[in-house]
Amino acid sequence: MTRESFLNAVLMGFLLVVPLAAWALDEPFIITLTTRAVIFAIAGVGLNLALGFGGLVSFGHAAFFGLGGYAMGILAYHAQTYTPLMDWPFVIEGTKSMLVIWPVAIVASGLAALAIGALSLRTSGVYFIMITLAFGQMFFYFTISWSAYGGEDGLSIYVRNSFPGLNTMDPIQFFAICYGVLVLVLAGVQRLAHASFGLALRAARQNEERLQAVGQVPYRLYLTAFAISGAITGLAGALFADLNRFVSPSMLSWQTSGEIMVFVILGGVGRVYGPVAGAALFILLEHTLGGLSPYWHVYLGAILLGVVLFARGGIFGLLAGREVAHD
Amino acid sequence: MTDPILKVRGLTKSFGGLVATRDVDLDLHAGEIHALIGPNGAGKSTLVQLISGALRPDTGSVHFDGQDVSALTTAARARKGMARTFQISSLAMEYTVLQNVVLGALGRRGDVFRFFNRVMKDQQLLEVADKALAQVGLQDVRAFRTSDLSHGQRRQLEVAVALTMEPKAFLMDEPMAGLGAEGSQQLQGFLDQLRHQAPILLIEHDMDAVFALADRISVLVYGEIIATGTVDEIRGNPAVREAYLGESAE
Repeated sequence: MTRESFLNAVLMGFLLVVPLAAWALDEPFIITLTTRAVIFAIAGVGLNLALGFGGLVSFGHAAFFGLGGYAMGILAYHAQTYTPLMDWPFVIEGTKSMLVIWPVAIVASGLAALAIGALSLRTSGVYFIMITLAFGQMFFYFTISWSAYGGEDGLSIYVRNSFPGLNTMDPIQFFAICYGVLVLVLAGVQRLAHASFGLALRAARQNEERLQAVGQVPYRLYLTAFAISGAITGLAGALFADLNRFVSPSMLSWQTSGEIMVFVILGGVGRVYGPVAGAALFILLEHTLGGLSPYWHVYLGAILLGVVLFARGGIFGLLAGREVAHD
Repeated sequence: MTDPILKVRGLTKSFGGLVATRDVDLDLHAGEIHALIGPNGAGKSTLVQLISGALRPDTGSVHFDGQDVSALTTAARARKGMARTFQISSLAMEYTVLQNVVLGALGRRGDVFRFFNRVMKDQQLLEVADKALAQVGLQDVRAFRTSDLSHGQRRQLEVAVALTMEPKAFLMDEPMAGLGAEGSQQLQGFLDQLRHQAPILLIEHDMDAVFALADRISVLVYGEIIATGTVDEIRGNPAVREAYLGESAE
Protein backbone atom coordinates (compact mmCIF):
# COMPACT_ATOMS: atom_id res chain seq x y z
CA MET A 1 0.00 0.00 0.00
CA THR A 2 1.50 3.33 -1.00
CA ARG A 3 1.37 6.35 1.26
CA GLU A 4 -1.13 7.90 -1.09
CA SER A 5 -3.61 5.04 -0.95
CA PHE A 6 -3.18 4.91 2.84
CA LEU A 7 -4.01 8.61 3.00
CA ASN A 8 -7.01 8.02 0.73
CA ALA A 9 -8.31 5.33 3.08
CA VAL A 10 -7.79 7.50 6.19
CA LEU A 11 -9.58 10.37 4.53
CA MET A 12 -12.57 8.34 3.42
CA GLY A 13 -12.70 6.65 6.82
CA PHE A 14 -12.68 10.02 8.56
CA LEU A 15 -15.56 11.26 6.39
CA LEU A 16 -17.49 8.14 7.37
CA VAL A 17 -16.71 8.02 11.08
CA VAL A 18 -17.49 11.66 11.84
CA PRO A 19 -21.14 11.61 10.73
CA LEU A 20 -21.69 8.15 12.23
CA ALA A 21 -20.40 9.38 15.57
CA ALA A 22 -22.53 12.51 15.23
CA TRP A 23 -25.51 10.28 14.46
CA ALA A 24 -24.87 8.21 17.57
CA LEU A 25 -24.54 11.39 19.64
CA ASP A 26 -27.58 12.91 17.98
CA GLU A 27 -25.77 15.87 16.44
CA PRO A 28 -27.52 16.34 13.09
CA PHE A 29 -25.69 19.58 12.43
CA ILE A 30 -22.34 17.78 12.22
CA ILE A 31 -23.88 15.27 9.81
CA THR A 32 -25.08 18.08 7.59
CA LEU A 33 -21.69 19.73 7.77
CA THR A 34 -19.98 16.52 6.65
CA THR A 35 -22.54 16.10 3.89
CA ARG A 36 -21.62 19.57 2.70
CA ALA A 37 -17.95 18.57 2.64
CA VAL A 38 -18.76 15.40 0.70
CA ILE A 39 -20.77 17.31 -1.90
CA PHE A 40 -18.05 19.95 -2.26
CA ALA A 41 -15.58 17.12 -2.64
CA ILE A 42 -17.58 15.75 -5.59
CA ALA A 43 -17.54 19.19 -7.21
CA GLY A 44 -13.81 19.43 -6.60
CA VAL A 45 -13.14 15.96 -8.02
CA GLY A 46 -14.99 17.15 -11.11
CA LEU A 47 -12.94 20.32 -11.46
CA ASN A 48 -9.74 18.40 -10.74
CA LEU A 49 -10.28 16.40 -13.90
CA ALA A 50 -9.95 19.58 -15.94
CA LEU A 51 -7.58 21.53 -13.69
CA GLY A 52 -5.42 18.78 -12.29
CA PHE A 53 -5.25 16.26 -15.11
CA GLY A 54 -5.70 18.58 -18.06
CA GLY A 55 -4.09 21.72 -16.66
CA LEU A 56 -7.22 23.66 -17.63
CA VAL A 57 -7.70 26.42 -15.07
CA SER A 58 -11.44 26.85 -15.33
CA PHE A 59 -12.83 29.80 -13.44
CA GLY A 60 -16.36 29.04 -14.57
CA HIS A 61 -17.19 25.76 -12.90
CA ALA A 62 -19.85 27.44 -10.79
CA ALA A 63 -21.92 27.49 -13.99
CA PHE A 64 -21.99 23.69 -14.03
CA PHE A 65 -22.52 23.48 -10.27
CA GLY A 66 -25.44 25.89 -10.65
CA LEU A 67 -26.84 24.15 -13.70
CA GLY A 68 -27.00 20.93 -11.71
CA GLY A 69 -28.70 22.86 -8.92
CA TYR A 70 -31.26 24.39 -11.24
CA ALA A 71 -31.87 21.05 -12.95
CA MET A 72 -32.93 19.74 -9.57
CA GLY A 73 -34.75 22.96 -8.60
CA ILE A 74 -36.79 23.23 -11.78
CA LEU A 75 -37.80 19.58 -11.92
CA ALA A 76 -38.76 19.54 -8.25
CA TYR A 77 -40.55 22.90 -8.47
CA HIS A 78 -42.80 21.63 -11.26
CA ALA A 79 -43.43 18.41 -9.37
CA GLN A 80 -44.42 20.21 -6.17
CA THR A 81 -46.66 22.70 -7.99
CA TYR A 82 -48.14 19.98 -10.22
CA THR A 83 -47.39 21.99 -13.35
CA PRO A 84 -45.77 20.49 -16.41
CA LEU A 85 -42.31 21.68 -17.41
CA MET A 86 -43.64 22.10 -20.91
CA ASP A 87 -46.77 20.94 -22.63
CA TRP A 88 -45.96 21.44 -26.26
CA PRO A 89 -45.11 19.56 -28.49
CA PHE A 90 -45.20 16.93 -25.79
CA VAL A 91 -45.70 17.05 -22.07
CA ILE A 92 -42.73 16.92 -19.71
CA GLU A 93 -43.65 16.58 -16.06
CA GLY A 94 -41.48 17.62 -13.14
CA THR A 95 -40.11 14.94 -10.86
CA LYS A 96 -39.04 14.45 -7.27
CA SER A 97 -36.94 11.37 -7.97
CA MET A 98 -33.19 11.72 -7.57
CA LEU A 99 -32.66 8.91 -10.03
CA VAL A 100 -34.25 11.05 -12.73
CA ILE A 101 -32.87 14.38 -11.54
CA TRP A 102 -29.25 13.23 -11.48
CA PRO A 103 -29.04 12.14 -15.11
CA VAL A 104 -30.74 15.38 -16.14
CA ALA A 105 -28.22 17.40 -14.10
CA ILE A 106 -25.32 15.39 -15.51
CA VAL A 107 -26.44 15.71 -19.13
CA ALA A 108 -27.35 19.40 -18.86
CA SER A 109 -24.09 20.45 -17.26
CA GLY A 110 -22.07 18.09 -19.46
CA LEU A 111 -23.57 19.58 -22.61
CA ALA A 112 -23.01 23.11 -21.31
CA ALA A 113 -19.39 22.20 -20.58
CA LEU A 114 -19.04 20.78 -24.07
CA ALA A 115 -20.28 24.03 -25.61
CA ILE A 116 -18.29 26.32 -23.30
CA GLY A 117 -15.22 24.12 -23.65
CA ALA A 118 -15.43 24.02 -27.44
CA LEU A 119 -15.20 27.81 -27.51
CA SER A 120 -12.90 28.41 -24.53
CA LEU A 121 -10.34 25.77 -25.46
CA ARG A 122 -9.38 27.77 -28.52
CA THR A 123 -7.54 29.95 -26.04
CA SER A 124 -5.13 29.01 -23.30
CA GLY A 125 -3.47 30.40 -20.20
CA VAL A 126 -4.89 33.63 -18.79
CA TYR A 127 -7.31 33.96 -21.69
CA PHE A 128 -8.80 30.57 -20.89
CA ILE A 129 -9.30 31.60 -17.26
CA MET A 130 -10.97 34.84 -18.34
CA ILE A 131 -13.23 33.32 -20.95
CA THR A 132 -14.46 30.59 -18.59
CA LEU A 133 -15.09 33.29 -15.99
CA ALA A 134 -17.05 35.26 -18.58
CA PHE A 135 -19.21 32.24 -19.43
CA GLY A 136 -19.75 31.63 -15.74
CA GLN A 137 -20.92 35.21 -15.22
CA MET A 138 -23.17 34.94 -18.26
CA PHE A 139 -24.99 31.98 -16.68
CA PHE A 140 -25.06 33.79 -13.33
CA TYR A 141 -26.79 36.89 -14.72
CA PHE A 142 -29.12 34.72 -16.73
CA THR A 143 -30.39 32.98 -13.58
CA ILE A 144 -30.75 36.32 -11.79
CA SER A 145 -33.07 37.58 -14.47
CA TRP A 146 -34.92 34.28 -14.90
CA SER A 147 -38.05 35.36 -13.06
CA ALA A 148 -40.00 32.22 -13.93
CA TYR A 149 -37.76 30.37 -11.48
CA GLY A 150 -37.42 32.92 -8.73
CA GLY A 151 -34.85 35.22 -10.28
CA GLU A 152 -32.55 36.58 -7.62
CA ASP A 153 -34.55 34.88 -4.83
CA GLY A 154 -34.02 31.41 -6.19
CA LEU A 155 -36.27 28.40 -5.74
CA SER A 156 -37.24 26.63 -2.54
CA ILE A 157 -38.17 22.97 -2.39
CA TYR A 158 -40.40 21.81 0.47
CA VAL A 159 -39.06 18.32 0.88
CA ARG A 160 -35.93 16.65 -0.36
CA ASN A 161 -36.23 14.56 -3.48
CA SER A 162 -36.77 10.88 -3.08
CA PHE A 163 -34.42 7.97 -3.37
CA PRO A 164 -35.84 4.43 -3.51
CA GLY A 165 -35.86 2.78 -0.12
CA LEU A 166 -34.47 5.72 1.84
CA ASN A 167 -35.85 8.62 3.79
CA THR A 168 -33.87 11.50 2.36
CA MET A 169 -35.05 13.95 5.02
CA ASP A 170 -33.09 11.96 7.60
CA PRO A 171 -29.63 13.59 7.64
CA ILE A 172 -27.68 10.37 7.99
CA GLN A 173 -29.55 8.71 5.13
CA PHE A 174 -29.04 11.68 2.86
CA PHE A 175 -25.38 11.66 3.88
CA ALA A 176 -25.15 8.01 2.89
CA ILE A 177 -26.46 8.84 -0.58
CA CYS A 178 -23.93 11.64 -1.08
CA TYR A 179 -21.10 9.52 0.27
CA GLY A 180 -22.06 6.72 -2.08
CA VAL A 181 -22.03 9.11 -5.03
CA LEU A 182 -18.59 10.40 -3.97
CA VAL A 183 -17.22 6.85 -3.78
CA LEU A 184 -18.56 6.04 -7.23
CA VAL A 185 -17.22 9.25 -8.75
CA LEU A 186 -13.80 8.69 -7.17
CA ALA A 187 -13.69 5.12 -8.44
CA GLY A 188 -14.62 6.29 -11.93
CA VAL A 189 -12.03 9.08 -11.97
CA GLN A 190 -9.40 6.72 -10.58
CA ARG A 191 -10.06 4.27 -13.41
CA LEU A 192 -10.03 7.05 -15.95
CA ALA A 193 -6.70 8.35 -14.63
CA HIS A 194 -5.11 4.94 -15.21
CA ALA A 195 -6.78 4.37 -18.57
CA SER A 196 -5.53 5.31 -22.01
CA PHE A 197 -7.43 8.57 -21.80
CA GLY A 198 -5.81 9.52 -18.49
CA LEU A 199 -2.31 8.75 -19.71
CA ALA A 200 -2.79 10.87 -22.83
CA LEU A 201 -4.60 13.70 -21.03
CA ARG A 202 -1.94 14.10 -18.37
CA ALA A 203 0.75 13.94 -21.02
CA ALA A 204 -1.02 16.79 -22.83
CA ARG A 205 -0.88 18.87 -19.66
CA GLN A 206 2.83 18.22 -19.27
CA ASN A 207 3.79 18.71 -22.90
CA GLU A 208 1.43 19.32 -25.80
CA GLU A 209 4.24 19.10 -28.31
CA ARG A 210 5.03 15.60 -27.11
CA LEU A 211 1.45 14.47 -27.49
CA GLN A 212 1.29 15.79 -31.04
CA ALA A 213 4.57 14.10 -31.84
CA VAL A 214 2.98 10.77 -30.94
CA GLY A 215 0.10 11.52 -33.27
CA GLN A 216 -2.59 12.80 -30.92
CA VAL A 217 -4.51 16.07 -30.75
CA PRO A 218 -4.61 17.79 -27.33
CA TYR A 219 -7.81 19.74 -28.08
CA ARG A 220 -10.00 16.64 -28.29
CA LEU A 221 -8.63 15.29 -25.03
CA TYR A 222 -9.12 18.62 -23.29
CA LEU A 223 -12.66 19.00 -24.54
CA THR A 224 -13.64 15.51 -23.44
CA ALA A 225 -12.07 16.07 -20.02
CA PHE A 226 -13.81 19.43 -19.68
CA ALA A 227 -17.21 17.93 -20.51
CA ILE A 228 -16.82 15.06 -18.02
CA SER A 229 -15.51 17.54 -15.47
CA GLY A 230 -18.55 19.78 -15.92
CA ALA A 231 -20.92 16.82 -15.69
CA ILE A 232 -19.46 15.67 -12.36
CA THR A 233 -19.60 19.19 -10.94
CA GLY A 234 -23.20 19.41 -12.15
CA LEU A 235 -24.09 16.26 -10.26
CA ALA A 236 -22.57 17.81 -7.14
CA GLY A 237 -24.71 20.88 -7.76
CA ALA A 238 -27.90 18.80 -7.84
CA LEU A 239 -26.95 17.22 -4.50
CA PHE A 240 -26.02 20.58 -2.99
CA ALA A 241 -29.37 22.09 -3.93
CA ASP A 242 -31.06 19.03 -2.49
CA LEU A 243 -29.11 19.35 0.74
CA ASN A 244 -30.27 22.94 1.19
CA ARG A 245 -33.66 22.34 -0.46
CA PHE A 246 -32.89 25.59 -2.15
CA VAL A 247 -31.23 26.79 -5.31
CA SER A 248 -30.33 30.37 -6.09
CA PRO A 249 -28.02 32.32 -8.42
CA SER A 250 -25.39 32.43 -5.65
CA MET A 251 -24.52 28.84 -6.62
CA LEU A 252 -23.35 30.26 -9.95
CA SER A 253 -21.39 33.20 -8.59
CA TRP A 254 -17.70 33.47 -9.36
CA GLN A 255 -16.97 33.05 -5.67
CA THR A 256 -18.33 29.52 -5.97
CA SER A 257 -15.95 28.88 -8.87
CA GLY A 258 -13.15 30.16 -6.68
CA GLU A 259 -14.15 27.96 -3.76
CA ILE A 260 -14.24 24.82 -5.89
CA MET A 261 -10.78 25.77 -7.10
CA VAL A 262 -9.65 26.20 -3.51
CA PHE A 263 -10.73 22.61 -2.70
CA VAL A 264 -8.53 21.36 -5.51
CA ILE A 265 -5.51 23.51 -4.67
CA LEU A 266 -5.71 22.86 -0.90
CA GLY A 267 -5.97 19.12 -1.43
CA GLY A 268 -3.40 18.73 -4.14
CA VAL A 269 -3.79 19.48 -7.82
CA GLY A 270 -3.97 16.35 -9.94
CA ARG A 271 -4.35 13.89 -7.05
CA VAL A 272 -7.56 11.90 -7.42
CA TYR A 273 -8.50 12.20 -3.72
CA GLY A 274 -6.97 15.67 -3.36
CA PRO A 275 -10.24 17.62 -3.57
CA VAL A 276 -11.75 15.38 -0.88
CA ALA A 277 -9.03 16.48 1.52
CA GLY A 278 -9.36 20.06 0.31
CA ALA A 279 -13.12 20.19 0.76
CA ALA A 280 -12.94 18.54 4.18
CA LEU A 281 -10.30 21.02 5.34
CA PHE A 282 -12.28 23.92 3.89
CA ILE A 283 -15.41 22.93 5.81
CA LEU A 284 -13.37 22.37 8.96
CA LEU A 285 -11.84 25.84 8.65
CA GLU A 286 -15.16 27.41 7.77
CA HIS A 287 -16.67 25.85 10.88
CA THR A 288 -13.85 26.54 13.34
CA LEU A 289 -12.53 29.88 12.02
CA GLY A 290 -16.04 30.96 11.06
CA GLY A 291 -16.94 30.62 14.73
CA LEU A 292 -14.12 32.97 15.70
CA SER A 293 -14.78 35.74 13.27
CA PRO A 294 -17.12 36.56 10.43
CA TYR A 295 -13.98 37.58 8.54
CA TRP A 296 -12.60 34.04 8.58
CA HIS A 297 -11.81 34.24 4.89
CA VAL A 298 -8.78 36.33 5.83
CA TYR A 299 -7.29 33.32 7.60
CA LEU A 300 -8.32 31.04 4.77
CA GLY A 301 -6.51 33.39 2.42
CA ALA A 302 -3.37 33.23 4.53
CA ILE A 303 -3.50 29.44 4.57
CA LEU A 304 -4.04 29.32 0.83
CA LEU A 305 -1.11 31.64 0.33
CA GLY A 306 1.02 29.34 2.45
CA VAL A 307 -0.02 26.32 0.42
CA VAL A 308 0.68 28.01 -2.89
CA LEU A 309 4.04 29.39 -1.77
CA PHE A 310 5.39 26.54 0.31
CA ALA A 311 3.38 23.41 -0.34
CA ARG A 312 2.55 23.36 -4.02
CA GLY A 313 1.26 19.80 -3.83
CA GLY A 314 -1.34 20.76 -1.20
CA ILE A 315 -2.25 18.35 1.58
CA PHE A 316 -1.45 15.34 -0.57
CA GLY A 317 1.89 16.74 -1.66
CA LEU A 318 2.74 17.36 1.98
CA LEU A 319 1.60 14.03 3.42
CA ALA A 320 1.95 11.58 0.54
CA GLY A 321 4.99 13.02 -1.24
CA ARG A 322 5.17 13.43 -4.95
CA GLU A 323 3.02 11.22 -7.04
CA VAL A 324 4.29 7.70 -7.52
CA ALA A 325 4.02 6.31 -11.00
CA HIS A 326 1.41 3.61 -11.11
CA ASP A 327 1.95 0.60 -13.30
CA MET B 1 15.77 4.66 -58.04
CA THR B 2 12.71 4.17 -55.91
CA ASP B 3 10.63 7.13 -54.79
CA PRO B 4 11.96 8.95 -51.77
CA ILE B 5 10.19 8.45 -48.43
CA LEU B 6 10.16 12.17 -47.89
CA LYS B 7 9.93 14.54 -50.83
CA VAL B 8 9.95 18.28 -50.25
CA ARG B 9 9.33 20.54 -53.22
CA GLY B 10 9.48 24.30 -53.56
CA LEU B 11 8.93 25.01 -49.86
CA THR B 12 8.83 28.71 -49.09
CA LYS B 13 7.98 30.44 -45.84
CA SER B 14 8.38 34.05 -44.91
CA PHE B 15 7.72 35.91 -41.68
CA GLY B 16 6.89 39.46 -42.65
CA GLY B 17 9.73 40.60 -44.85
CA LEU B 18 12.06 37.83 -43.73
CA VAL B 19 12.21 34.82 -46.01
CA ALA B 20 13.07 31.99 -43.61
CA THR B 21 12.77 29.22 -46.16
CA ARG B 22 13.24 29.83 -49.87
CA ASP B 23 12.21 27.33 -52.52
CA VAL B 24 13.62 24.28 -50.73
CA ASP B 25 13.75 20.89 -52.45
CA LEU B 26 14.82 17.96 -50.33
CA ASP B 27 14.64 14.17 -50.61
CA LEU B 28 15.09 11.47 -48.04
CA HIS B 29 15.60 7.97 -49.44
CA ALA B 30 15.23 4.63 -47.73
CA GLY B 31 18.29 3.55 -45.80
CA GLU B 32 20.08 6.88 -45.78
CA ILE B 33 21.04 9.54 -43.34
CA HIS B 34 20.56 12.89 -44.95
CA ALA B 35 22.14 15.63 -42.90
CA LEU B 36 20.94 19.20 -42.99
CA ILE B 37 23.57 21.69 -41.91
CA GLY B 38 23.85 25.41 -41.96
CA PRO B 39 25.09 28.30 -39.88
CA ASN B 40 22.99 29.70 -37.04
CA GLY B 41 19.94 31.48 -38.31
CA ALA B 42 19.99 29.63 -41.61
CA GLY B 43 16.42 28.48 -41.08
CA LYS B 44 17.01 24.86 -40.11
CA SER B 45 14.42 24.90 -37.35
CA THR B 46 11.86 26.57 -39.58
CA LEU B 47 12.41 23.93 -42.23
CA VAL B 48 11.98 21.14 -39.70
CA GLN B 49 8.75 22.71 -38.49
CA LEU B 50 7.48 23.00 -42.05
CA ILE B 51 8.23 19.35 -42.69
CA SER B 52 6.72 18.15 -39.40
CA GLY B 53 3.63 20.29 -39.85
CA ALA B 54 4.11 22.68 -36.94
CA LEU B 55 4.27 25.53 -39.46
CA ARG B 56 2.37 26.00 -42.71
CA PRO B 57 4.42 26.93 -45.78
CA ASP B 58 3.41 29.84 -48.03
CA THR B 59 4.00 27.67 -51.07
CA GLY B 60 5.40 24.24 -51.80
CA SER B 61 4.55 20.71 -50.83
CA VAL B 62 5.64 17.88 -48.58
CA HIS B 63 5.14 14.32 -49.75
CA PHE B 64 5.61 11.51 -47.28
CA ASP B 65 5.52 7.82 -48.08
CA GLY B 66 3.95 8.52 -51.47
CA GLN B 67 1.22 10.81 -50.14
CA ASP B 68 0.84 14.56 -50.17
CA VAL B 69 0.79 15.46 -46.47
CA SER B 70 1.02 19.24 -46.98
CA ALA B 71 -2.44 19.82 -45.53
CA LEU B 72 -2.07 17.48 -42.55
CA THR B 73 -1.45 18.48 -38.94
CA THR B 74 1.61 17.48 -36.95
CA ALA B 75 -0.37 14.76 -35.24
CA ALA B 76 -1.64 13.31 -38.52
CA ARG B 77 1.85 13.30 -39.99
CA ALA B 78 3.15 11.58 -36.88
CA ARG B 79 0.50 8.88 -37.28
CA LYS B 80 1.74 8.28 -40.81
CA GLY B 81 5.14 7.42 -39.38
CA MET B 82 7.01 10.71 -39.36
CA ALA B 83 8.84 10.38 -36.07
CA ARG B 84 10.38 13.50 -34.67
CA THR B 85 12.88 14.13 -31.93
CA PHE B 86 13.36 17.61 -30.58
CA GLN B 87 16.29 19.92 -30.18
CA ILE B 88 15.39 20.44 -26.55
CA SER B 89 14.10 17.19 -25.08
CA SER B 90 10.36 17.23 -25.21
CA LEU B 91 9.02 14.53 -22.96
CA ALA B 92 6.36 14.16 -20.29
CA MET B 93 8.77 14.92 -17.45
CA GLU B 94 6.52 13.76 -14.59
CA TYR B 95 6.05 10.38 -16.21
CA THR B 96 8.30 7.40 -15.82
CA VAL B 97 10.46 6.32 -18.71
CA LEU B 98 8.06 3.46 -19.34
CA GLN B 99 5.02 5.74 -19.34
CA ASN B 100 6.64 7.90 -21.99
CA VAL B 101 7.25 5.00 -24.34
CA VAL B 102 3.83 3.49 -23.65
CA LEU B 103 2.39 6.88 -24.54
CA GLY B 104 4.18 6.65 -27.87
CA ALA B 105 2.87 3.16 -28.53
CA LEU B 106 -0.63 4.26 -27.51
CA GLY B 107 -0.50 7.32 -29.75
CA ARG B 108 0.54 5.11 -32.63
CA ARG B 109 -2.25 2.61 -31.98
CA GLY B 110 -4.63 5.56 -31.74
CA ASP B 111 -7.24 4.39 -29.22
CA VAL B 112 -6.70 7.12 -26.64
CA PHE B 113 -10.43 7.52 -25.96
CA ARG B 114 -10.71 4.51 -23.69
CA PHE B 115 -11.75 5.37 -20.18
CA PHE B 116 -11.73 2.16 -18.19
CA ASN B 117 -8.84 0.06 -19.48
CA ARG B 118 -5.57 -0.31 -17.61
CA VAL B 119 -3.16 1.20 -20.05
CA MET B 120 0.00 0.35 -18.11
CA LYS B 121 -1.04 -3.30 -18.07
CA ASP B 122 -1.73 -3.50 -21.79
CA GLN B 123 0.57 -6.30 -22.96
CA GLN B 124 0.56 -5.16 -26.57
CA LEU B 125 1.68 -1.64 -25.65
CA LEU B 126 4.21 -2.88 -23.10
CA GLU B 127 5.77 -5.17 -25.66
CA VAL B 128 6.28 -2.30 -28.12
CA ALA B 129 7.53 -0.06 -25.31
CA ASP B 130 10.00 -2.55 -23.89
CA LYS B 131 11.36 -3.37 -27.31
CA ALA B 132 12.03 0.31 -27.95
CA LEU B 133 13.65 0.75 -24.53
CA ALA B 134 15.86 -2.27 -25.10
CA GLN B 135 16.93 -0.96 -28.47
CA VAL B 136 18.21 2.31 -27.00
CA GLY B 137 19.51 0.64 -23.85
CA LEU B 138 17.18 2.18 -21.30
CA GLN B 139 15.48 -0.97 -20.04
CA ASP B 140 17.24 -0.71 -16.67
CA VAL B 141 15.78 2.71 -15.91
CA ARG B 142 12.26 2.04 -17.14
CA ALA B 143 10.75 2.78 -13.73
CA PHE B 144 12.68 6.04 -13.29
CA ARG B 145 10.91 9.35 -13.40
CA THR B 146 11.88 11.12 -16.61
CA SER B 147 12.90 14.30 -14.80
CA ASP B 148 15.47 12.20 -12.88
CA LEU B 149 17.22 11.06 -16.06
CA SER B 150 20.51 12.50 -17.24
CA HIS B 151 20.51 14.69 -20.28
CA GLY B 152 21.93 11.90 -22.41
CA GLN B 153 19.31 9.43 -21.20
CA ARG B 154 16.55 11.87 -22.12
CA ARG B 155 17.93 12.05 -25.63
CA GLN B 156 17.88 8.26 -25.79
CA LEU B 157 14.33 8.23 -24.49
CA GLU B 158 13.26 10.63 -27.23
CA VAL B 159 14.59 8.18 -29.75
CA ALA B 160 12.86 5.31 -27.95
CA VAL B 161 9.51 7.10 -28.11
CA ALA B 162 10.12 7.77 -31.81
CA LEU B 163 10.78 4.05 -32.26
CA THR B 164 7.38 3.12 -30.81
CA MET B 165 5.75 5.10 -33.61
CA GLU B 166 6.59 2.45 -36.23
CA PRO B 167 8.52 5.20 -37.99
CA LYS B 168 8.92 5.33 -41.73
CA ALA B 169 11.37 8.21 -41.31
CA PHE B 170 13.06 10.05 -38.47
CA LEU B 171 13.25 13.80 -38.23
CA MET B 172 15.97 14.49 -35.71
CA ASP B 173 16.64 18.01 -34.58
CA GLU B 174 20.16 18.16 -33.14
CA PRO B 175 20.11 14.86 -31.27
CA MET B 176 23.74 15.35 -30.19
CA ALA B 177 23.15 18.77 -28.66
CA GLY B 178 24.47 18.95 -25.13
CA LEU B 179 25.92 15.45 -25.10
CA GLY B 180 29.47 14.89 -23.94
CA ALA B 181 32.07 13.37 -26.24
CA GLU B 182 31.31 9.87 -25.05
CA GLY B 183 27.57 10.33 -25.32
CA SER B 184 27.87 11.69 -28.84
CA GLN B 185 30.05 8.76 -29.82
CA GLN B 186 27.51 6.31 -28.43
CA LEU B 187 24.54 7.95 -30.10
CA GLN B 188 26.48 8.19 -33.34
CA GLY B 189 27.02 4.44 -33.34
CA PHE B 190 23.34 3.95 -32.64
CA LEU B 191 22.13 6.23 -35.42
CA ASP B 192 24.49 4.49 -37.80
CA GLN B 193 22.50 1.30 -37.25
CA LEU B 194 19.14 3.01 -37.06
CA ARG B 195 19.22 4.15 -40.70
CA HIS B 196 18.52 0.58 -41.78
CA GLN B 197 15.26 0.64 -39.84
CA ALA B 198 14.14 3.99 -41.24
CA PRO B 199 15.97 6.82 -42.96
CA ILE B 200 16.97 9.84 -40.91
CA LEU B 201 16.82 13.51 -41.73
CA LEU B 202 19.47 14.73 -39.36
CA ILE B 203 19.80 18.35 -38.34
CA GLU B 204 23.09 18.55 -36.51
CA HIS B 205 25.73 21.02 -35.46
CA ASP B 206 28.35 18.44 -34.61
CA MET B 207 30.36 18.36 -37.84
CA ASP B 208 32.36 15.29 -36.91
CA ALA B 209 29.17 13.35 -36.41
CA VAL B 210 27.68 14.67 -39.63
CA PHE B 211 30.72 13.80 -41.71
CA ALA B 212 30.92 10.37 -40.11
CA LEU B 213 27.26 9.48 -40.49
CA ALA B 214 25.72 11.22 -43.45
CA ASP B 215 25.22 9.62 -46.80
CA ARG B 216 24.28 12.98 -48.19
CA ILE B 217 24.44 16.50 -46.85
CA SER B 218 22.36 19.54 -47.72
CA VAL B 219 23.64 22.95 -46.79
CA LEU B 220 21.13 25.59 -45.84
CA VAL B 221 22.13 29.25 -45.92
CA TYR B 222 19.66 32.09 -45.46
CA GLY B 223 16.79 29.69 -45.99
CA GLU B 224 18.11 28.39 -49.24
CA ILE B 225 19.77 25.08 -49.99
CA ILE B 226 23.01 26.05 -51.67
CA ALA B 227 24.37 22.55 -52.14
CA THR B 228 23.42 18.90 -51.77
CA GLY B 229 25.87 16.10 -52.15
CA THR B 230 28.01 13.42 -50.58
CA VAL B 231 30.36 14.23 -47.74
CA ASP B 232 33.30 14.65 -50.09
CA GLU B 233 31.37 16.83 -52.49
CA ILE B 234 30.26 19.12 -49.70
CA ARG B 235 33.71 19.27 -48.16
CA GLY B 236 35.16 20.35 -51.46
CA ASN B 237 32.40 22.75 -52.43
CA PRO B 238 33.81 26.29 -52.42
CA ALA B 239 30.44 27.96 -51.97
CA VAL B 240 29.80 25.89 -48.87
CA ARG B 241 33.22 26.66 -47.48
CA GLU B 242 32.61 30.33 -47.93
CA ALA B 243 29.09 30.48 -46.61
CA TYR B 244 29.22 27.93 -43.89
CA LEU B 245 32.76 27.60 -42.74
CA GLY B 246 33.30 31.33 -43.00
CA GLU B 247 36.35 30.99 -45.18
CA SER B 248 36.77 32.90 -48.36
CA ALA B 249 37.15 30.63 -51.33
CA GLU B 250 40.39 31.51 -52.95
